[in-house]
Amino acid sequence: MTDAVTAGRAQFAFTIMFHYLFPILTMGLGTLIAILKTIQLVKKDDRYGIAAQFWARVFAINFAMGVVTGIPMEFQFGTNWATFSHYSGGVIGQTLFMEGVFAFFAESSFLGMFLFGEKRLSPRMHWFSSVMVAGGALVSGYFITITNAWMQHPVGYEIVNGNAQLTSLRALLTNEYGLRQYPHVIMGSLTTGAMFMAGFGAYYLLARKHEEFGRLSVKVGVICGAIFSVMQLFPTGNQNALNVAHNQPVKTAAMEGLFKTEKGAPIAIIGMPDTTKQELLDPIYVPGALSFLIYGNANAEVKGLNASPKEDHPPVELVYYAYHIMIGLGTIFIAVMLFAILLLVTNRIYKTRWFLWILMLAMPFPYIANEAGWTVAEVGRQPWIVYGLQRTAAAVSPNVSGGETTFTLLGFMGLYALIGLLSLFLFMRVIASGPADMPAEVTR
Amino acid sequence: MPDINTAWFIVLALMLSGYAVLDGFDLGVGALHLLVARTDDERATVINSIGPVWNGNEVWLLAAGGSMVVAFPHLYAAGFSGFYLALMLVLWLLVLRGLSIEFRHQVDHPMWREIWDVVFCGASALLGVLFGVAVGNILLGVPFSADGTFQGSFEIMLNPFAILGGVLGLCLLCLHGASYLALRTVGALQDRARKYASVLWWVVIALLVVVSAASLKARAPGMPGFLDNFRAHPALFLITALGAGSAITMFVARKANRDKQAFLSSTALIVSILGSAAAAVFPYLLLSRTPGVKGLTIYNTASSPYSMSTALGIYLVGMAIVAIYLTAVYRTWRGKVTADTAYHP
Repeated sequence: MTDAVTAGRAQFAFTIMFHYLFPILTMGLGTLIAILKTIQLVKKDDRYGIAAQFWARVFAINFAMGVVTGIPMEFQFGTNWATFSHYSGGVIGQTLFMEGVFAFFAESSFLGMFLFGEKRLSPRMHWFSSVMVAGGALVSGYFITITNAWMQHPVGYEIVNGNAQLTSLRALLTNEYGLRQYPHVIMGSLTTGAMFMAGFGAYYLLARKHEEFGRLSVKVGVICGAIFSVMQLFPTGNQNALNVAHNQPVKTAAMEGLFKTEKGAPIAIIGMPDTTKQELLDPIYVPGALSFLIYGNANAEVKGLNASPKEDHPPVELVYYAYHIMIGLGTIFIAVMLFAILLLVTNRIYKTRWFLWILMLAMPFPYIANEAGWTVAEVGRQPWIVYGLQRTAAAVSPNVSGGETTFTLLGFMGLYALIGLLSLFLFMRVIASGPADMPAEVTR
Repeated sequence: MPDINTAWFIVLALMLSGYAVLDGFDLGVGALHLLVARTDDERATVINSIGPVWNGNEVWLLAAGGSMVVAFPHLYAAGFSGFYLALMLVLWLLVLRGLSIEFRHQVDHPMWREIWDVVFCGASALLGVLFGVAVGNILLGVPFSADGTFQGSFEIMLNPFAILGGVLGLCLLCLHGASYLALRTVGALQDRARKYASVLWWVVIALLVVVSAASLKARAPGMPGFLDNFRAHPALFLITALGAGSAITMFVARKANRDKQAFLSSTALIVSILGSAAAAVFPYLLLSRTPGVKGLTIYNTASSPYSMSTALGIYLVGMAIVAIYLTAVYRTWRGKVTADTAYHP
């Protein structure tokens, strides 16, 4: 990989996909912990406090990993993508700076208070710390999504001396692309957190250990999971799909495997895109569905890949498969969670062991869905680093060679493999040790 | 009335000083870790003394990076790609160090803790050296190519002046860390921290004299002299005087074992050293060592006036909020730490 662009993209893809594993969970789990702390305070029920304390230990490991793997992300803009930073730093610098000032300080200050301060702080202050940690994580996610949204759909700038300069902070912060993308990102994270909680609750019930905690985790997990997984699809997923269709028709064409512009365009449930033949092989179609989804009219025309020059196409297969994996998994999550609600209200969920197995084994899949979603967003934007303005190939550092980037990529791979295994090991230990003993609920 | 570029130069200097002061003490604590703490209990105490705050301290580095992107994007692009391998090394060390703090207490086994103690100490010390080397190179300037890019290879970075800066950086952070530990601990650990602080005081003063003398001679021909700004604005000597004053109060406080005063003095000393360095390079952000190539200044690397003034407003609001957080955090964790100070729940 001596070509600097390929090496730079590989490095960025690797480091951000690894990094993203941790914020996916911490944004969602942080919110759930704040919910548990709120229930504790309102119902004066310490079982929820004990549960929050246990999940905080899991949270802490993930948060530390998120922080240490996040610092390289900011640095890489300058080290590997200097031409991009030079070009757009005056704009995206705003949101990166605001993330630091408004989110990181809050999150890191109150995380220390939340994790170590239960004995030193009043219950109300301890609750407040948990809210600030969750709030900081969600605000941080907003600024990152808004930064990304500018790369997807640049607004509020002008080009001066060949570089983008900010003309309106308001336009940057209220970029409609970002405002539609953000709720979808957050729902992805909240669904992950909820299914994580339900899954480990199910594990404890299956193992017949810490059963009171297990029941509580399954209950909170599936109630939140049902709400979030549905909202993940509608309205947030739907809004985001429309967003992409109206702003980046090429990405939509790649996502759907739509090679030719069509009236009454279908949605392909399955099928294999073939870029040499420029068609979708063995498809199963829902006729007119794509036209209807985008324009509210089953006969409307949808632009296919042939509507734009080939050098503007993203890698079609990767985008198509990532999108279909995301959609497929998202649908399965809704089915599982709604079935769980059915079992919960009929009071059978804690005893239906085959279903507890499903809840437990489902845990890795939200991660895959989230990573696939980001792959669609990022790979689908190629060959642009800033959509319509700057090509990825023109964005690398002029004075850094592909060899250097390849070398540091290998360094990151080694280091991340090591710390990934270690954090997994620690995480398993926390799960094995379990929560503090919890009194059984008196009235069930 | 300073212009907006100068205001951002001051902000950047303040953010980097904030990082040096706050992460500085936990880097110093790390670098001294194996020397100052002998038993397992002492090592736990040392880690606990920075446990709840190291993460927040490191945020200053990210925020300083953010302020560099927003105000001087061309500096960010040129500087970060120019010092490519050195910065990657910094990143890996930060990753390892951060995790060593979080991982150490997770498993109750002597070998596990020993490994993370060594990683924590080694990575902290090396980071101290690298940051000192960086400041040295900023004072000295870097070689640019004719088209205005540069590549800070290790041979170029590791010149004698920068290495001297690295040694000073490490010793200064160790002094700061020892002062912090003396403030937060009791007993044998405190005695040792005080002893290291007393010895390091002499080392740091000696190095400061040598580095100051060397820096007067270090600039390349054609670049502004080290003292030009000071001669033009004698008020800048107040920053240097603050440094001299804080060195004296630290010495006095150390003799009287007034730990809080000593720690505040070492804070002031760091701020004054970085402030003097900033005053010496202004308006340059990165001086050129190549004749005929202008370096990077606060004007030729700046983003638009609109962008800079908007972000300055954000900065002032943000820092007012951060001041509240910091007060809350350091009030919550005030007092002495011990080995069983509740770490994780």
